[in-house]
Amino acid sequence: MLTWNQFSRIALDGGAITISVFVGAAVLGTALALFFGIMGLSTSQLLRRISRVYVEVTRGASAIVLLFFVAFAVPRLLGFRTADVTITLFGNDVGYLFVAGVVALGLNMGGYGAEVVRGGIQSIPRGQTEASISLSLTTGQRLRHVILPQAVMTMLPPYGNLNIEVMKGTALVSLIALADMTFLASNLRNRRILLDDPPETVVIFGVTLILYFIISQAIALFYRGLERRLGGRWFGGGR
Amino acid sequence: MIPVLAQTGFEQIWDWEVAWDFLPIVARGMFLVTLPATFLGITIAVILGLFLSLLRRSPIRPIRWVTGFVVEFVRSTPLLVQLFFLFYVLPNFGVRMSAFTTLVVGLAVHYGAYTSESYRAGIESVAKGQWEASVALNLSTATKWGRVILPQAIPTVIPALGNYLVAMVKDAPLGVSIGVIGVLGAAVAEASQNFRFVEAYTLVGMLFLAVSIPLAIFARYLETRYGYERT
Amino acid sequence: MDTNAPDDSLRVDAHSDVMVRMRRINKIFGENHVLRDLDLDVAPSEKVVIIGPSGSGKTTILRVIMTLERPNSGTVEIDGRHLYHEPRNGDVVEAGEKHIREVRTDISMVFQHFNLFPHMTALENVTLAPVKVLGLTREEAHERGTDLMKMVGLGDKADHYPAELSGGQKQRVAIARSLAMRPKVMLFDEVTSALDPELVGEVLAVLKDIASQGTMTMMLVTHEMGFAREAADRVLMFDHGQVLEEGTPERLLRDPEHERTRSFLRAVLEH
Repeated sequence: MLTWNQFSRIALDGGAITISVFVGAAVLGTALALFFGIMGLSTSQLLRRISRVYVEVTRGASAIVLLFFVAFAVPRLLGFRTADVTITLFGNDVGYLFVAGVVALGLNMGGYGAEVVRGGIQSIPRGQTEASISLSLTTGQRLRHVILPQAVMTMLPPYGNLNIEVMKGTALVSLIALADMTFLASNLRNRRILLDDPPETVVIFGVTLILYFIISQAIALFYRGLERRLGGRWFGGGR
Repeated sequence: MIPVLAQTGFEQIWDWEVAWDFLPIVARGMFLVTLPATFLGITIAVILGLFLSLLRRSPIRPIRWVTGFVVEFVRSTPLLVQLFFLFYVLPNFGVRMSAFTTLVVGLAVHYGAYTSESYRAGIESVAKGQWEASVALNLSTATKWGRVILPQAIPTVIPALGNYLVAMVKDAPLGVSIGVIGVLGAAVAEASQNFRFVEAYTLVGMLFLAVSIPLAIFARYLETRYGYERT
Repeated sequence: MDTNAPDDSLRVDAHSDVMVRMRRINKIFGENHVLRDLDLDVAPSEKVVIIGPSGSGKTTILRVIMTLERPNSGTVEIDGRHLYHEPRNGDVVEAGEKHIREVRTDISMVFQHFNLFPHMTALENVTLAPVKVLGLTREEAHERGTDLMKMVGLGDKADHYPAELSGGQKQRVAIARSLAMRPKVMLFDEVTSALDPELVGEVLAVLKDIASQGTMTMMLVTHEMGFAREAADRVLMFDHGQVLEEGTPERLLRDPEHERTRSFLRAVLEH
């Protein structure tokens, strides 16, 4: 059985890192998704190509490869040492590895997210655009009042799933020695032999799995609630 | 904050010789370990998924519920932790597998859960009329499933399976966490020996793009061929 | 239907003696020459019904006027002003977006598939553009919208969402939405074709109301010959990108000149 200390180390200390990396990656990923997603619908062929390249590269390279590249290769490329770097984020000092995790996972999420954004906007029927034209709305007004509000509704389910995938992906940062839940669980397992009353490995990893499960479900509930609140009476046709 | 790479010459960052020597090692890892693990994994996942989806339709409520929960649980937790669980916990219960086997099993179970959801959607998408017609014609369960339902459900699932194959290729390198020396394992081993991180991980990345992008195109072809419409 | 509704929503002042003038309009889709050197004049307050087989280009005429399709060549004038061209430095050149948008405010269209904004209530659908484009205050738009909703017989459905309305009700909201912009020309693209038969009547009633009450210039593509007979000033038979024949509804529907018109009418009336 786990002692309270052992448990809270994994759940609270580790959980804090897991959630922080997740939130950081989600914010970055969402921004990139919107940016490259809308770029993918541009009338300029060059912009569409750039968006396409971003999407293919960040999706084609697996998250873990991206992570290792950002964590280990980039410092070499740019000529700095990981240990020398401290970044201050919202009053907290975080190491480079944390940033690497956020950047790698954020880039990866942006690639998938851009497709969700593009798909969402494209899924709005042409008739909505035509009705907006017939009412003389400008393109900006059309996007703001007609297209995007509807697109958001379409985008929410896949976006919610993507969030969950990213959260699960944060477990990868344990492989670059960032102290998230997975790292601390592995760590505890490694240290078992040194302990007086070692917890069973099945308990260590079982509890960790349950913690991730709880967070996943929480995110899923959040998005389902969001869909219900925004959707209300109108979603489901009526065009 | 980030010092400019003024003094370091290009050779310091990128050594073509090192990269060239490294390429066969990484390629071997990819084609002899990572990809085989992936293909084995997807094969089992495809079968396991079908099996799970059928269990979900069992008339016995506890079976339905347990299967449903297990599937949901596997889908909601990271593959990495599942690999740790399989590799470090199972030996305590007498199941000892090599790292490679653990990776294959882990991939198969993780993606089996995902594919079971796709099968479920596919089976449910078969028009209700088909079920009713089968009953009216007094077809046996085996015939109903084998000749009517599944032949219509499977084509709708194929595009999703293609996408899962692509995803699995990208998850297979996680084997490095339990000591599988695949494409990433080779890179990590090389890099920790001679500290040539840039060449190592760039090559791995390039190799990945070279493999996953064609696979992605193949998966997209499957989508158009089997007319998958995402609701 | 509330026929005591104010008809100033339907009163528009024309400046020219021709409301819609199309000259040598050509529209080509790929290999398909849909509109061929089309000339068409519609007088202010005229109600024109366009009939013809599918693929004849009749919907395209409306779409070109509504700027949903750009003509490959030719000119369109709305109440004396060029739509696709503008005067610059004494010359007439192809118009920029700004000019097109300006002239376009005089035109509005009702679609076969309603195209209501599903995330807004019926009233919000009607008031959005008057506020954003015409610059009305919320109160003014609210008042205008409520009056129009009453006029189309949906006064009590203002806070309903399109998903809660029947097809006929949706189309009536769509009509109110277009009327709210006080256009000089209203275009109706097969507005009853997507409706269940029993709902067609309520929409036709609104159309007849608009036709009889005000000075609205109306162009309708439709199969509803009964409506044409009752409300149209002129009927155009369209085929292969050109006007095959035209005339008053009495003349054309009863005694068409061309065999093509005859066979088309026969097919439609038997339907």
